Amino acid sequence: MPTSDVDIAAAGLGESRVRISPRLPVLFWLAAGWIGVVLALALTADLLALPSPTDMDMLDKRMPPSAVHWLGTDNLGRDMLARLIFGARISLTVGVAAPLIGLIVGGTLGMLAGYLRGRLETIIVASVDVLLAFPPLVLALALTAYLGQTVANLTYIIGILSIPAFTRVARASTLSIANREFVLAARALGATEARILARELLPNVILPLIAFFLLAVAVTIVVEGALSFLGLGVPPPAPSWGGMIGEGRESLEIAPRIAFLPAGAMFLSVLAFNIVGDTLRAITDPRQASL
Amino acid sequence: MPARPPDRPATSSRETLLVIEDVRVELPTPRGILRAVDGVSLSLGPGRTLGLVGESGSGKSMLSRAIAQLLPRKARLSGRVLFAGEDLTRLGAEPLRRLRGKSIAFVFQDPMTSLNPVLTVGSQIAETLTEHLALDWRAARERAVELLAAVGIPSPEQRLKHYPHQFSGGMRQRVAIAIALSCEPRLLIADEPTTALDVTVQAQILDLLAREQRRRHMALILITHDLSVAAGRTDEVAVMYAGRIVERAPTGALFRAMRMPYTEALIAAIPDLQSAPHTPLRAISGLPPDPTRLGPGCAFAPRCRHADAACHRDRPPMRAAEDGDHHYSCWHPLPARAGVA
Amino acid sequence: MTSSDTAPEESSPLLSVANLVVEYAIGGGTVHAVSDVSFTLARGETLGLVGESGCGKSTLARAIVRLCRAKSGRVVFAGVDLATLAGHRLRAMRRRLQIIFQNPIASLNPRRRVGDIVAEPLVVAGIGDKEERERRVRGALSAVGLEPELTLARYAHEFSGGQCQRICIARALILEPELIVCDEPVSSLDVSIRAQIINLLEAMKARYGLTLLFIAHDLAIVKAVSDRVAVMYLGKLCEVAPTEDIYAEPAHPYTAMLLEAIPRPDPGAPVAAGIPVGEPPSPTAPPSGCRFRTRCPRAAARCSEEEPPLREVATGRVVACHFPLLAVSQTLGRGRTSGQADF
Repeated sequence: MPTSDVDIAAAGLGESRVRISPRLPVLFWLAAGWIGVVLALALTADLLALPSPTDMDMLDKRMPPSAVHWLGTDNLGRDMLARLIFGARISLTVGVAAPLIGLIVGGTLGMLAGYLRGRLETIIVASVDVLLAFPPLVLALALTAYLGQTVANLTYIIGILSIPAFTRVARASTLSIANREFVLAARALGATEARILARELLPNVILPLIAFFLLAVAVTIVVEGALSFLGLGVPPPAPSWGGMIGEGRESLEIAPRIAFLPAGAMFLSVLAFNIVGDTLRAITDPRQASL
Repeated sequence: MPARPPDRPATSSRETLLVIEDVRVELPTPRGILRAVDGVSLSLGPGRTLGLVGESGSGKSMLSRAIAQLLPRKARLSGRVLFAGEDLTRLGAEPLRRLRGKSIAFVFQDPMTSLNPVLTVGSQIAETLTEHLALDWRAARERAVELLAAVGIPSPEQRLKHYPHQFSGGMRQRVAIAIALSCEPRLLIADEPTTALDVTVQAQILDLLAREQRRRHMALILITHDLSVAAGRTDEVAVMYAGRIVERAPTGALFRAMRMPYTEALIAAIPDLQSAPHTPLRAISGLPPDPTRLGPGCAFAPRCRHADAACHRDRPPMRAAEDGDHHYSCWHPLPARAGVA
Repeated sequence: MTSSDTAPEESSPLLSVANLVVEYAIGGGTVHAVSDVSFTLARGETLGLVGESGCGKSTLARAIVRLCRAKSGRVVFAGVDLATLAGHRLRAMRRRLQIIFQNPIASLNPRRRVGDIVAEPLVVAGIGDKEERERRVRGALSAVGLEPELTLARYAHEFSGGQCQRICIARALILEPELIVCDEPVSSLDVSIRAQIINLLEAMKARYGLTLLFIAHDLAIVKAVSDRVAVMYLGKLCEVAPTEDIYAEPAHPYTAMLLEAIPRPDPGAPVAAGIPVGEPPSPTAPPSGCRFRTRCPRAAARCSEEEPPLREVATGRVVACHFPLLAVSQTLGRGRTSGQADF
């Protein structure tokens, strides 16, 4: 059989190359920029020449912005800028680490449930549903009362509470992919289940998971803020945005800046994570759909 | 079933129902402007069947949507679409809406998605009737039963109350046809109506369309990628490639004496039931064109055996062959002779 | 277990399917996807398997390569009963038995590069080191008509349907299997591309000495590639015969109906005289006796009471019908049943 009928489609290939240039909107870059700035400040807080966030100066209470205190002082004379930056540390630590627990544990459970199905799926889904049924605030209260209010405990608690959501996202994503022909093709090659999970499923599931992760970060910052506002989160004198908002409540008439600055910082950060997460999800979804 | 009637001449002297003049449809995409339809002109007389044949990406679906003014929002349409003398591109939204469903009807490829899964079949048929013909509930119901019977659905009174998922693929397509026929449209556009169906069901559905078309003296545009489907059931065939019509002729003339090499290649690529097994198929080399990156010349030139420099450089105009009704767009047409099949 | 009309030195068939039954539960009922199907496939031949949607041909394909579980029956490949294999022995056997699917773009992982995808079978089988694998990947891509330099580092979505199918074929060929099951490999491709891919498959078959099980619903395409053809309806085989014979003179009424219904690219040909009647029944509730009887113009009382066995009506031809279109040859009136898989 002559092979002249076999086509070298090389010429056509050069022309059919698709240049995907996702023109990300300006808003995305602004949001990413803000996150970058906050992260950088939080990481380098110790190296910056800041006044101590916990030094109280009772003579300089509620001072407006000045050369010494760039953003003024709070109701106990502590430097606002320093408190904001160190507060960012706490908010971001909990905000990123807690969903990370959810991502790793929940993502794994969800993928296993979605691919292996059967009894394992039933067990995982049931356990996760049980966890979801616990009233989260009550659980948080009870656990912090029992274990103590530390950043680490807070992270673990919120992290565990976020597992069900990640499990659901991962499972749904895995279910929709596991029946596609390329997974079938991998099984037909004799690949082990582990290899299929790692090489075929994970690269496809990770993108929607990361998009969801960023949205979860946004939510967690608010949750941590709420807990701290209620006095159940990070204990004083460690600064946290939520705590700062709580402290600023009593000075709203005299120096509203004390409450609004941390609120503003939290708002912008949550918004930024939302925008980045949404944009990533929009980019990854259509390409999945078109395939 | 008798053999097909001899070809009738095209409609130049008679009143034409549909005239498309130099229609272009452009879509902005991240890769550049996509010319889905690139200067198409056609006409269709009342009661005639036009087969619009092309592969994926040839623009045939987009052209059909351009006729009914159902293009995506980002699309830009230029040219004229005259339906019974009225220019549809200049009509307002409300008159267009009244036209659609009543005078111009559509049947789509996938009856799974073209029918609303949460409404009963009866209510979907009745919806068109009450909307366009202002029938009351009882009259609409009777008419719906008549229509279901006409399209060959057994026990129509009971099946009125069923949902689309309770029908098989072929039955669903019949329902879609019933909806399309309900207001006695003058033009029915069927976009690949049988591609998703089995070959035995395909024959039934095509037969149904032909029968209803004859009965109602309806014009029919049958869009398909399968030349064989067009061969048996159309009066004229227009072959599309890269958004342009490359050949247009009465059906018999097209198959007997095709002029454009693409048409010939398309017919040759169909495996012949008469030839022995393992006969190599006559494939068309290369790939379908990228519609965002069309060259200045003939769109088929990169894949054409007979192409030369002129073909790559200049776009061939649409020319008429000797007998007047046969048009083609090629610098080096195949000689007029008795052709394949 | 040799076929009566093969050369004496040929060994036993490469693939032998015996009484295969595949069912699965759906909603409130059971889908009888494959019901007692038996056939053999000799080394180096192409068997075309034809049927409409719901006939079970895709399920049969997957059951043969053990992508889905069979309820009963045997699949014997190169003398080994595949049901007896598990774990790494099954994985080792899989290298000799590959499958190509219908939707080429969906058969490729959108997040992996083509080079990695085509190399995957080698990695799974533990063959070669990195250089060796790359060499073989390049070889496979060239063999299917793709330029390796332009293909290796790209992703599936950058290619057209036809090119993706070439990549899938390259992946299937890279381990140099003995049998490839082609599950509707060209149905989702354009007409002009189909011919290219069919020619490619034929060329690859010759070059690598493959045996093919070619599944399709398009009778014209099946004729072009097959040595023998099997027709399936609602989970059962209707007839099996050499290609020329079955197209020239179909023995089963369903085969005749299929042939009649094919549109021909000839406007002068009369539109089909016998338009098929009705639609295939649901595979969850197949008719009693002969499953085709609800649409068969020759159906009689016997057809609803007694299921026709697959029996030989001429040399190398078997039909499952009480009233086949071909008269049962006098010398072969013994009526062997399908349990013996003897054809």
